[in-house]
Amino acid sequence: MNERVAIVGVGWAGFKPISPELSYKELTYQAAVKAYADAGVDPRRDVESFVTVAEDFNEGTSIFDEYTPDQLGAALKPMHTISGDGLHGLATACMLIRTGRFAIVAVEGHSKASNVLSLHQVSAYAQDPVLNRPLRLNNHFIAGMEMNRYLHESGTTRAQCAAVVVKNRRNALANPSAPYGAELEPEDVLSGPTLAWPLGSREAAEPSDGAIVMVLASAERARELTDKPIWIRGLGWCSDSPSLENREWGRAIYARQAARMAYRQAGIGYPPKEIDFAEVDDTYAFKELQALEALELFPAGEAGRMLEAGATLPGGELPVNVSGGSLGMGHLLEATGLARALEAVLQLRGEAGARQLKGAKVGVVQSWRGAPTNCGAVAILSN
Amino acid sequence: MTMRKVAVVGAGMTRFVRRALETGKELSWQAARMALDSCSLSLDDVDAVCLGTAPDAFDGVHMKGEYLSDGAGAWRKPYMRSYVGGGTGVFVPIQGWYHVASGLFDVALVIAEEKMSSYHPHAQAAFLTIFDHTTERPLKPNLLWIFALEMNRYMHTYGISKADIARVAVKNKRNAADHPCALLGDREITVEDVLNSEVLAWPVNRLDVSPVTDGAVAVVLAAEHVARRITDKPVWIEGVGWCLDTAHWTNRDLAYPRYVESAARMAYEMAGIKEPRKEINIVEPYDPFDYKELHHLEGLLLADRGQAPQLVADGVTERTGNMPVCPSGGLLGVGNPIAAAGLMKIAELFWQLRGEAGARQVPGNPRRGLAQAWGDLMQVGTVVIMGR
Repeated sequence: MNERVAIVGVGWAGFKPISPELSYKELTYQAAVKAYADAGVDPRRDVESFVTVAEDFNEGTSIFDEYTPDQLGAALKPMHTISGDGLHGLATACMLIRTGRFAIVAVEGHSKASNVLSLHQVSAYAQDPVLNRPLRLNNHFIAGMEMNRYLHESGTTRAQCAAVVVKNRRNALANPSAPYGAELEPEDVLSGPTLAWPLGSREAAEPSDGAIVMVLASAERARELTDKPIWIRGLGWCSDSPSLENREWGRAIYARQAARMAYRQAGIGYPPKEIDFAEVDDTYAFKELQALEALELFPAGEAGRMLEAGATLPGGELPVNVSGGSLGMGHLLEATGLARALEAVLQLRGEAGARQLKGAKVGVVQSWRGAPTNCGAVAILSN
Repeated sequence: MTMRKVAVVGAGMTRFVRRALETGKELSWQAARMALDSCSLSLDDVDAVCLGTAPDAFDGVHMKGEYLSDGAGAWRKPYMRSYVGGGTGVFVPIQGWYHVASGLFDVALVIAEEKMSSYHPHAQAAFLTIFDHTTERPLKPNLLWIFALEMNRYMHTYGISKADIARVAVKNKRNAADHPCALLGDREITVEDVLNSEVLAWPVNRLDVSPVTDGAVAVVLAAEHVARRITDKPVWIEGVGWCLDTAHWTNRDLAYPRYVESAARMAYEMAGIKEPRKEINIVEPYDPFDYKELHHLEGLLLADRGQAPQLVADGVTERTGNMPVCPSGGLLGVGNPIAAAGLMKIAELFWQLRGEAGARQVPGNPRRGLAQAWGDLMQVGTVVIMGR
């Protein structure tokens, strides 16, 4: 068994609201070429297995895994698709390496959201076809209900949620790959149209196009390939009830369970002390606060206040979504978790440019699969 | 480097038949319950859940894995859905294998579910959107049509007749008459019946093809130290292999599935198998079409190229032959709820190797078996080798 696994190469293409000049294959190819060059590997010779994360309906192609190998150099190799988020893909690559059968594995996620003419109608097809779909619910409505319950239980305010948007879109101004950077005031967010009360339309991430490829290696191979391996110290994932009728609405139990699994592997007993920064899901602004509490980085109900006190700013005690998050980089469908992990890798390598955090040693990364799901994953990375 | 050993310790399977009353969640639950009961475990003992199911288009449910998760027993557990098209049914136990072999989990519940009957008028229409949107979809191909191309190429390359191939359908449907979950078991079927059934897309006739249907199968995997506590008869996963070829199927020589060979070589190497024809006692290759069983036996290196039909003609692949092939009845006889049909082959090997296959039992205390599935655009091979 290979106990330890490291990320030894990253590459990405994008991210932008539309990309009519490139197909998803071309975006992925660009990301793959960069990742292989970064890792110093040849995909045909060195990479032993490949994992893609994708969902058929987002691609507009049934059995989408047919179209995954060529742009990665994976034809005639052991490759499979995980119908999950990028962090599920990362966990899969990690498990493959840990078996001892593989030393180098590549993971790919991409988004061509701009090709989907009716993204919200498509995503509504994820609702229970018998119990929920006849109600003609919109997924933003489900998110609005969840936000309402979270605000009610935690005492978090709408102004605090708006402050998440202000922070993340300001952070995005320092990230050349983030298309949604902006200098906003909380009032700009709160004065926008309502999406599904109390959720405002400016608190929801807009979609982006792009692709991310990561190369993972066993400890032995990682040390040969790079001076800056980024270690995967813990991984957790969890699916809570998919049903709207009997789920916990206020708290992200899937994130708490996934985090506990990851912390246990990483030997982290008291996360607030041992985690230097976080990249968490912010598909909707309130999700960032809810996630920080689920990850036990702040006590329940405290994330909003800590944000107002500046704790999660780039210079704060726990910088959160320095990348700009999904609010700043755009939501990347299944690649979203990989985008969070990408930022953690760059920060831990000291390659984050203008947004580089000082002395970052351990980062936590978290994903959510979006409404109406109740599932996500967590990774702990360190340098 | 030592690898963690992983065993199959339990299996369960629903009947393969149109299940209009049950949702996919309920089918998953039934199979999971049977598999857990078979080894006296409960959901509390399960550390992680792996799910396999074919395209979301069958059910019209986006992120179908998430929708099925509670039915599959994954509530508040680590849960993932893997996907390699038609190869999924034999991939999902591989996914379970790496969950346990990684050392992260001791017990994994592996489920494959398919509900094809909700598609109207016929699930084949879900396959119209599997083709390249620019180069192929305008031609309106369907799956029967491209597999007819492959069957024709196979027949042409090696001079194989339709009657040679029809023997496979006859053998498997007769074998399936002994399977309590089978949809299309038929002890009386003859080669003439197959040849005289209507042509769907020449050279494919209706009885050359396995029927679409609904069903679910589940198996329980456990790490060695747990498996030995659960059962006296663990069946070990000795080798796994998978291989995905290019999406450009029109550039492929359809006479020989080299991606299957590649997957098989990976599994043989892991299992330490040097001479597969001598060391594999039971084969459950993927047989959605009768010619595919032959094609796959060749890809698995269990028959010389173009020679698999001779093995069938000589009776070698009968349940009592030297190398029984699809003693379960295969997809042609038991039915083809896609992902579930692949995992059915794993369950069959589990029962056969434990001597629990009842009327289907292969004689002679078989020690080792191989299951294989195939899918995508004639593109992916998945192989699992199991042994006592």
